[in-house]
Amino acid sequence: MGIFTSPILNYGMLAPILVVLAGAVAGVLIEAFAPRKSRSSSQLVLSVFTLVIALVALIRARGTYSNKAAMNSITFDGAGYLLQMSILIIAIIAILLLADSDKFAAAPTAAPGSDEERQAQVANIRVTEIYPLTLFAIAGMLIFTVATDLIMLFVALEVLSLPLYLMAGLARRRRLASQEAALKYFLLGAFSSAFFLFGIAYLYGYSGSITFAGIAAAITGGTANDVFLLIGISFVSVGLLFKVSAVPFHSWAPDVYQGSPTAVTAFMAAATKVAAFGAMLRIFYVAFAGDVWQWRPILTAIALITMVFGSLVAISQRDVKRMLAYSSIAHAGFLLSGVIALNKSGLDATIFYLFAYGIATVGAFAIVSLVNDASGEVTDLNRWAGLGKRSPWIAIAFSFLLLAFAGIPLTSGFVGKFSIFSAAYESGNTAILITGVLSSAIAAFFYIRVVVLMFFKDPVEDGTSVVIPSIYTRITILVSLAITLILGVFPAPVLDYISQTAFFLR
Amino acid sequence: MDPYNYLYLAALLFTIGAVGVVVRRNAIVVFMCIELMLNAGNLTLVTFSRINGDLNGQVVAFFTMVVAACEVVVGLAIIVAIYRSRRSASIDDASLLKR
Repeated sequence: MGIFTSPILNYGMLAPILVVLAGAVAGVLIEAFAPRKSRSSSQLVLSVFTLVIALVALIRARGTYSNKAAMNSITFDGAGYLLQMSILIIAIIAILLLADSDKFAAAPTAAPGSDEERQAQVANIRVTEIYPLTLFAIAGMLIFTVATDLIMLFVALEVLSLPLYLMAGLARRRRLASQEAALKYFLLGAFSSAFFLFGIAYLYGYSGSITFAGIAAAITGGTANDVFLLIGISFVSVGLLFKVSAVPFHSWAPDVYQGSPTAVTAFMAAATKVAAFGAMLRIFYVAFAGDVWQWRPILTAIALITMVFGSLVAISQRDVKRMLAYSSIAHAGFLLSGVIALNKSGLDATIFYLFAYGIATVGAFAIVSLVNDASGEVTDLNRWAGLGKRSPWIAIAFSFLLLAFAGIPLTSGFVGKFSIFSAAYESGNTAILITGVLSSAIAAFFYIRVVVLMFFKDPVEDGTSVVIPSIYTRITILVSLAITLILGVFPAPVLDYISQTAFFLR
Repeated sequence: MDPYNYLYLAALLFTIGAVGVVVRRNAIVVFMCIELMLNAGNLTLVTFSRINGDLNGQVVAFFTMVVAACEVVVGLAIIVAIYRSRRSASIDDASLLKR
């Protein structure tokens, strides 16, 4: 019998994750015990408080980097610190959007149109389970970016995905579409995590180790069976590429973005992308770096197709949420070029781009949730015509964020695109550079088309109007605009900070 | 017996599951095919654990079982909710979200 040795955990470095998990558990207890009336406000206070504490804990842990934060399972390093910080900041502003709880189904388990649902609506019941679900998803994302062994990685992937599947189905209006989004997201997500698991099994078979360091050592050693390695890398990549919605694993994204409640879409689109690309950066930079000649050509091809496809298909979209979904697919292609670059500037650029893109995405979806008519949100682009004449401020804010997505100077998008393409150029990948710039130009076309639609077309009189945003939504939009502008005008401090801090402990 | 045979078996199960996900139309059956794929992953892990003479693979398999159980909870909740509102668990009927 072996003696059981208790694991050595570094609680300082794990604190952000543990705080978020504790907050989520406390949220479940509030659901169980607090009176219904006070739940909505206490959940919101608890969630924001938890995230702020986690952010403070994270900042306090800064500088104490180690690859033994939880034995060999979690590495807390500069890149992990920056990615966790991005996730927490995005989560704080995104969770404020959940406060408009009249966007969520009163009784998610009741069939749409049933008596049960009607009673719940009459009783003015608000769904508040969404806060603990969000916190669980955030905890999974935080782990996903710092996990350095295969068990941790797989469990984190599921912890971040499972709550999101449920949250996608909670919309108050158009409930059938929302449930359909949840079903599609769930089935395709579970399908891709099966691929992920199969890849993990082959990586373990190849290296005989479940840690990234062990896999990297086996690749450098080069004595093991290469077929196992290739199967492992390709299946794990399928799982990750699905999460970031790269072509050809993108088919879920438009449906899920469109069907989910807009507040959930905002959170999911921004935070999941940061977490998934964070994990992807770590895996490819730390574990698979020795085998770059095998995976780089294929990933390059996927990045090229993703950029071009996302930009081209977005042109023909008539729904603003679907358009933003295809734009996020195109952005996944741009971000992939930072992963492929496999150099320090690629790492810095990807982290900057993820943060800038995530913040702008939350703001854009927050604005989408404001354009309403009597029956709920209006996402048909034709009905957005002339919005600039009726609600100039909202239209200006939305245009500004669209220009940030397009990468126009003086927005964070320009700095992000510039740094990511220069990293691709530095790594000698001119195909990525040229295709990236061309597809950015295509993408700029459909962003600017929306701007033209809002400002230079006559408004249609069909009851579409912009609701007065609640104080929470207002904070989200203002913070998002401010960060997008600051990162565009004075990017140097943040870029310097990232380039000093970002590194991977191997 | 050659442990590699179990790898072939697992790959076969994984393929059957993947094909099932693509061709079957009932959400429950699709979900069962996904579970089959996860179990194929487990069998691969345990086999490699035996080949490598190392216990880590079996530990991963245990974690996978727990995760798969959680996935069943969430998945069936979503499928039951959609069945109650549509009286059908066919994934072809769920086609509101198209251009």
